[in-house]
Amino acid sequence: MSSWLDYTINGLIVGNVYALVAVGLALIFGVSRLINFAQGSIYLVGAYIGWVAVVQLHTPLPLTIIFVAVLAALVGLIIERFGLRPLQNSVRIAPLLATIGISFVLDQLVMLTFSPNPRALPSQLPDVRFQVGGGTIGPLDLLIAGVGITSALLLFVFLRYTRLGWAVRAASQDRDAAMQMGVDVNRVNQTVFGIAAALGGVSGLLVGMYYNQIDTAMSLQATLKGVVAEVVGGAGNVPGAVVGSLLLGLVESYGVAVFGTSYRNLFAFLLLVVVLVLRPNGLFASARQAPPEPLTGTFIAPSRPVRIPRWALAVVTAAFAVLPLLPVSFYMLQTLINAWLLGMLALSLTLVAGTIGQVSLGHAALLAIGAYTSALLSLTLNVPVGLAIISGGLMSAALGTILISPSFRLRGHYVSIATLAIGEIVSLVILNWEGVTRGPIGISGIPPLSLFGYDLISPASVYWFAFAVMVVLALLQARLLGSHLGRSFRAIRDDDIAARAYGLGLNRYKSLAFIFGGFAAGVSGGIAAHLYSYINHETFNTQQSILALTVVILGGLGNVVGAIVGAVALVGLPEVFRIAAEYRILIYGIVLLLLVRFRPQGLLGTI
Amino acid sequence: MGQPHAPLLSLRGLTRRFGGLTAVDGIDLDLAKGGLVSIIGPNGAGKTTLFNLVTGLDRPDAGEVRFEGEDITGLSPERLAGRGIARTFQLGRVFGNLSVMDNVLIGAHTRLRAVKPAVPVIGPLLELGLALLRPASVRDEEERLREEVKAILGRFGERLLPRIDQPAYSLSYANRRRVEIARALALKPRLLLLDEPTAGMNPSETAEMQALVAELKAEGLTILLIEHKLEMVMRLSDRVIVMDEGKKIAEGPGEEVRGDPKVIEAYLGHGLSGGAEQESAA
Ligand SMILES: Nc1ncnc2c1ncn2[C@@H]1O[C@H](COP(=O)(O)OP(=O)(O)OP(=O)(O)O)[C@@H](O)[C@H]1O
Ligand SMILES: [Mg+2]
Repeated sequence: MSSWLDYTINGLIVGNVYALVAVGLALIFGVSRLINFAQGSIYLVGAYIGWVAVVQLHTPLPLTIIFVAVLAALVGLIIERFGLRPLQNSVRIAPLLATIGISFVLDQLVMLTFSPNPRALPSQLPDVRFQVGGGTIGPLDLLIAGVGITSALLLFVFLRYTRLGWAVRAASQDRDAAMQMGVDVNRVNQTVFGIAAALGGVSGLLVGMYYNQIDTAMSLQATLKGVVAEVVGGAGNVPGAVVGSLLLGLVESYGVAVFGTSYRNLFAFLLLVVVLVLRPNGLFASARQAPPEPLTGTFIAPSRPVRIPRWALAVVTAAFAVLPLLPVSFYMLQTLINAWLLGMLALSLTLVAGTIGQVSLGHAALLAIGAYTSALLSLTLNVPVGLAIISGGLMSAALGTILISPSFRLRGHYVSIATLAIGEIVSLVILNWEGVTRGPIGISGIPPLSLFGYDLISPASVYWFAFAVMVVLALLQARLLGSHLGRSFRAIRDDDIAARAYGLGLNRYKSLAFIFGGFAAGVSGGIAAHLYSYINHETFNTQQSILALTVVILGGLGNVVGAIVGAVALVGLPEVFRIAAEYRILIYGIVLLLLVRFRPQGLLGTI
Repeated sequence: MGQPHAPLLSLRGLTRRFGGLTAVDGIDLDLAKGGLVSIIGPNGAGKTTLFNLVTGLDRPDAGEVRFEGEDITGLSPERLAGRGIARTFQLGRVFGNLSVMDNVLIGAHTRLRAVKPAVPVIGPLLELGLALLRPASVRDEEERLREEVKAILGRFGERLLPRIDQPAYSLSYANRRRVEIARALALKPRLLLLDEPTAGMNPSETAEMQALVAELKAEGLTILLIEHKLEMVMRLSDRVIVMDEGKKIAEGPGEEVRGDPKVIEAYLGHGLSGGAEQESAA
């Protein structure tokens, strides 16, 4: 029994920490209908500021907390002012993409400043435990509970009894009405970002102390957990976010008690998917919500795409096809092979995110499904590699579509959350399903690429293989876009309500888009598996999903040629300029931010 | 199919509540085949909500919708589109990044051969296959539909035809409304619901639209019309229904309804009535 009490206390404490993140997300969602994907990065920044304060400046605890809160709030204000405010009149997808870009930039800056290695963050509190009933509780637990409750009280007083708090509440009830009544929306946004960032930063500090360890992987996890808690409580609902956080903490804690630590996140994401499917408006929303008001503005940036004549495309394709015959370096071929693999993933994502408007943040999971299927088929069943890769594509199409289908009823930012969570679930299942996937050890000794019994060993043959597959996929996709399905997908993206009123069932067409896109991604993953000869659950990670998203936006959402141009540019340019590997993700994040701000339609234009 | 004289559309006790507000309150309505009924009423009367209930975009809390004698209450909008119910939207919902041609082709979506097989899994996969292979039958159908779209656009004179390849976002507001109507016509509707088709149009554009609606009626199309411009309502309608605060407060031939003291009071009670606002704006 005693251990159950411990698990309950642990769950509530962790829940308290999540609440600090989730409340900020809820405040921001309330006033700007935006899911702030950079919230976890602020939490990360908070943890590292705390480390500097504790380890280098030796500040006493109360000062540490204030120091972290103030600096984190400053970061929040900067994000609001320079990252998001300029996008106020932009397309709907823009702020979401901006917070993703900001998150990557912040995480990379922390990583470059402090190195990716974990650090210890001592708690500054005496290490004693008190007996409470059958369990124990330490001073840090009390501190976390105290900070949680104090912040909740302060927030309550602020929202209820101050003028600015009233403005925040007014803006989250009805932004337009609030503006007409003279509420300064910029000030409200600033306030909300400041508060959210202060809470998030302190949360990072407390978690770092709780586990006595901080590292840069905390960021994404925190965003995910905060978003889960917030959505469970009902997006934009501040008290709901607190309850959702405590619930999440308990579910995780009990889940860990029964199944072990490696299942912690799986429970969190399953909770999210269950809530999104059964009660997409959160646990506390009234049973049947009014349908959302008509959306104004366009989802993607309208543009007149650059039309490239067919002969020019043919010439460029031919030039790339004969490239290995020229005296080019092995390294260059290697780089371009990577570009072609990324190009296939980008083709898939540009269809899903661009053409039908489902901004998937878990696209790397489709790579993983294709890679594991192909690797396992060829290794254990001796299926010829060519066939195994195609099977990987088909598996990715089928399984990916089934997994993603709970998100078909969702719109906008929710789709991104759901796909992110589903992507994490795939990676966690791969990690935990040792019987099939070999768990954390990964799969090694995957046979090399081969075609009709001939191994493709030389770089030139691998290059041709990857290039040919990508060109075929691109041609198929172009053909798809020219059919009635192309316009149906785009209609759903532009206005799903009008589309439904004209007979376009969302499930049917989103499934078709994911089937087609899943195949391309699965094939890319399959080829990669045979090329790398070793894969594990981390080979295909969120960074690749974000990289693919940057590629797709760079090329122009929905643009087939753009996806390939974007892939070549993002893989090739860092090579050309010899940018060190650790700076690349930072650069991708900055490219994403600049694009969203200055050229949302990408290089070749959205279609 | 129902009895010979059953109305094409009939609503019984249709009700929709939003929290404490009853937006549509026990509405009964019958619309005969080939008829044109107008719904008028001050802003917030529940007219658009009623349209949403009929077209499946919203589900009633109580009441029944019958179409061609069958109960269609709560069917999904995509199923209802398949049955021949087309609508336009008050605020205008064109597909901004699609060309005028593609917007109107979407209207014909339910008629495409490729979307017909209703078998789960197999049907959609066949559709994908047909889209990629595009056999002659599919190409011919597409070609025919494109000609049909041009004919529909021709009904709007030179307003849309010269802009057929332009994206809808680049059109003027009035032209976007026209594209919506063209899209609805491409469905070959058995019932057409028009939600304020002339909102934001100047008098000459309004007259054009009125002529078009009269033409459609003369061709035998059954139409349910929401409109604030009373002049147009009086000219076109077989019958007028007046709504206020979700309830039907009057029903009958236009002139009769116009003089009804309850109607006058409803409009006056709401200060600047939608009608007055619209007409003074126009
Ligand atoms: N989704 C919704 N959630 C909550 N309330 C709603 C919703 N849709 C409509 N309402 C409310 O229902 C009432 C009726 O709205 P509706 O749009 O049907 O009016 P209307 O007669 O079309 O008015 P208008 O002439 O301005 O178009 C209004 O008070 C409106 O605020
Ligand atoms: Mg209306």
